[in-house]
Amino acid sequence: MIAELGHFALILALLAAVMQAAFGLIGPAVDKPAWTAVVRPATSAQFVLVTISLGALVWAFVQNDFSVEYVASNSNSALPLLYRVSAVWGAHEGSLLLWAWILAGWTLAVSWRSGGLPEGFAARVLGILGLVSIGFLLFTLATSNPFARLEPAVPDGRDLNPLLQDPALAAHPPMLYAGYVGLSVAFAFACAAMIEGRLDQTWARWTRPWTTVAWAFLTVGIALGSWWAYYELGWGGYWFWDPVENASFMPWLIATALIHSLAVTEKRGLFKSWTLLLAILAFSLSLLGTFLVRSGVLVSVHSFAADPARGMFILIFLVMIIGGALTLYAWRAPLLRSEAGFEFTSRESFLLFNNILLVVAAAVIFAGTMAPLISDALGLGTLSVGRQYFDPVFLLPTLPLLALAAVGLHSGWKRGRVSDRRAAILWTLLAAVLVTLLLVLGVWEGAKILTPVGFALGVWLILSSLVDPIDRWRRKLTLTPALLGMALAHASLGVFVVSITAVETYTRERDLALAVGEAGQVGEFEYRLTGLSGVEGPNYDALRGEVVVTEGGKPVGVLYPEKRNYWVQRQVMTEAGIDMQWTRDVFVALGEDLGAGRWSVRAQVRPLINYVWFAAVLMALGGIWAACDRRYRREPRA
Amino acid sequence: MNRYLLPGGVFLLLVIVLYIGIQRAPQKTVIPSALLGKPAPQFTLPVLGRNESFSSTSLAGRWHAINVWGTWCPECRVEHDMLLRIADSGELPLIGFNWKDDDAAALDWLAQLGNPYSVVVADRDGRAAIDWGVYGAPETFLIDDRGIVVHKHVGAMTPAVWERDFLARLPRAAALPGAVTGAVTGAVTGAVTGAVTGAVK
Repeated sequence: MIAELGHFALILALLAAVMQAAFGLIGPAVDKPAWTAVVRPATSAQFVLVTISLGALVWAFVQNDFSVEYVASNSNSALPLLYRVSAVWGAHEGSLLLWAWILAGWTLAVSWRSGGLPEGFAARVLGILGLVSIGFLLFTLATSNPFARLEPAVPDGRDLNPLLQDPALAAHPPMLYAGYVGLSVAFAFACAAMIEGRLDQTWARWTRPWTTVAWAFLTVGIALGSWWAYYELGWGGYWFWDPVENASFMPWLIATALIHSLAVTEKRGLFKSWTLLLAILAFSLSLLGTFLVRSGVLVSVHSFAADPARGMFILIFLVMIIGGALTLYAWRAPLLRSEAGFEFTSRESFLLFNNILLVVAAAVIFAGTMAPLISDALGLGTLSVGRQYFDPVFLLPTLPLLALAAVGLHSGWKRGRVSDRRAAILWTLLAAVLVTLLLVLGVWEGAKILTPVGFALGVWLILSSLVDPIDRWRRKLTLTPALLGMALAHASLGVFVVSITAVETYTRERDLALAVGEAGQVGEFEYRLTGLSGVEGPNYDALRGEVVVTEGGKPVGVLYPEKRNYWVQRQVMTEAGIDMQWTRDVFVALGEDLGAGRWSVRAQVRPLINYVWFAAVLMALGGIWAACDRRYRREPRA
Repeated sequence: MNRYLLPGGVFLLLVIVLYIGIQRAPQKTVIPSALLGKPAPQFTLPVLGRNESFSSTSLAGRWHAINVWGTWCPECRVEHDMLLRIADSGELPLIGFNWKDDDAAALDWLAQLGNPYSVVVADRDGRAAIDWGVYGAPETFLIDDRGIVVHKHVGAMTPAVWERDFLARLPRAAALPGAVTGAVTGAVTGAVTGAVTGAVK
């Protein structure tokens, strides 16, 4: 009964979305304020209805209603409550419903905060968002109904994929979707501006906070996924250039470019058509990501339930939304010329290069991700593209980007010449080089070629982003949230670069074969396997190792890596034992039974690794801080 | 002017590639088994509920299908009726590959729902399934008279899949009812049925 209610609410939500789109787009076009006035109530109704629908699915999971096929396939009565709730988005159907709900949520937020916008423009934005909602709701209802009943019902469910039974992965999809879907707001603003043929600096000021907040969610979502992969997949890696990871990273890169391009459009009224294109691209890549994950076109560890019929549906949807937007772009963008000019060393110029390099970075990842597909489509056979491609080609645009950022942070708008700030640039660079020498020669041993480059760029960026706020503070000038948030985000990027450099250079790892009582050495660290015992969890049993780690004779800690056997899915999962410290992680994962009482043990020491994710979270916080700036908060019209 | 058309043009090319990708996706989502076109892995496993073992070598010279299932798998329940219909039609002998299961539960299941299999082997620890590249249940393999893996289907068996991917691949002779009884030695078939009825009593 509850499930049918959820299904029915979803159908009504589709109708509400149709009204939202129709009145939002037609109302302003025929200039009928009464029609336009329907948009906001329709938006609210859509949100309430999708909420009821999602609530019904959560209820079915919490109540263990195994007569619902989706629940039976993704849950189990022994599954802890937290994972019964997160199992809602543990597979395709529920993920889509979550997508639709988050989209409805963003739309509602836009509807509430759009009081200061011209009525016709706000209606068009909501109308475009309504079109996107229609696509997702229709997709859910037509190909992926999460409320379908199972005849006959099964006594117990098939359980949630053990890979997904983890707190970080429970939070990963909502965060990621909040980012993906949030980019639809910038997309809708862009389309509305193109329909009206008008794009001014006010437009950019409206669009900026939405884009920045969506970008922050995307950042946290990607970081959570990477963190999970690190401690759960059992081999201590944190980024694999997997197609699905790339699918989330490409919109991130473009959204980053968009944030910077919007800054130029807001402050100087430049880059208009470019900003529009980035807004379209960022959301298009989010949709493309969904397509790649859900259609089974690319085989990836993430595509659990891929279905070509669904792929066809999304492809048609892609053609309508992206194709429509790009057609609009080809028609309208030429009208939106920017007039003002700028000098080569002005901030505009640096941000132009920032944009070019970010788009190049996204393009090389796009090429690597699509290459297997293109090669297959042309009948050239299957092709696999891995680290060997992605690592170097990604560094090619991003290393110059970091250097440009470190210099560009000192530049001013329009005629602001960098030469005026030569002292600040040189001092920060000198300090960065000194710190690098200290790190490379004093702290760790065994630097590679890129190690000093990475350290120097990272430290330079940290120092450079602090110069302006400190300078203003000393001169007792106002420090706006926008300024501080920007400084924090850029400093975090520097921290990120330093930590990645340390991890990639100084990670020590060995695969040991240990029996109980034996020990192996990884650098200065000794790993001694002191015990193996069986333990039982709510829905699994596990073999738990006890590993005592010492560094040069001094005790570091006792780690308990586990190998879990989940009963229902019969899947073995590794649960790494990690000792986290400010300066490094000591990591141990239990591998295979090698026979004769010996077990393979993967032992690693990774310096600064936690700063990789910490920096990502700080970066996101910087974005949110900047988006809270007062100039974005205008009084809603009464 | 023209440069504003460029993004749309690139997108059009992308759509074409994606469209071709989808057309080819059906073969890919099945995660092309590394075994296709190669000899089927050999196994010797205990017969479910019997104190004897069954070797895959005794299947040589006959077309047959190997169905991987477990009582813990809801989709196996979904496809069970279809398997019974296949068994009734006598088009092809089905070998049950009971994967990581509990013997008693498996025998119960067959007693309650009916047994579509000519013989059921029990791969209790899942070791033999590794050779077959099994990554989930149900999975069904089609093996020809030379012992070559001709097709692999992942997911529940449906009439459409059966006709399109299995029956269509059979040579006429193999589809004859007579081939079935001979496919697996009557002794084994009898033994299993006996075991199942025994378990019910």
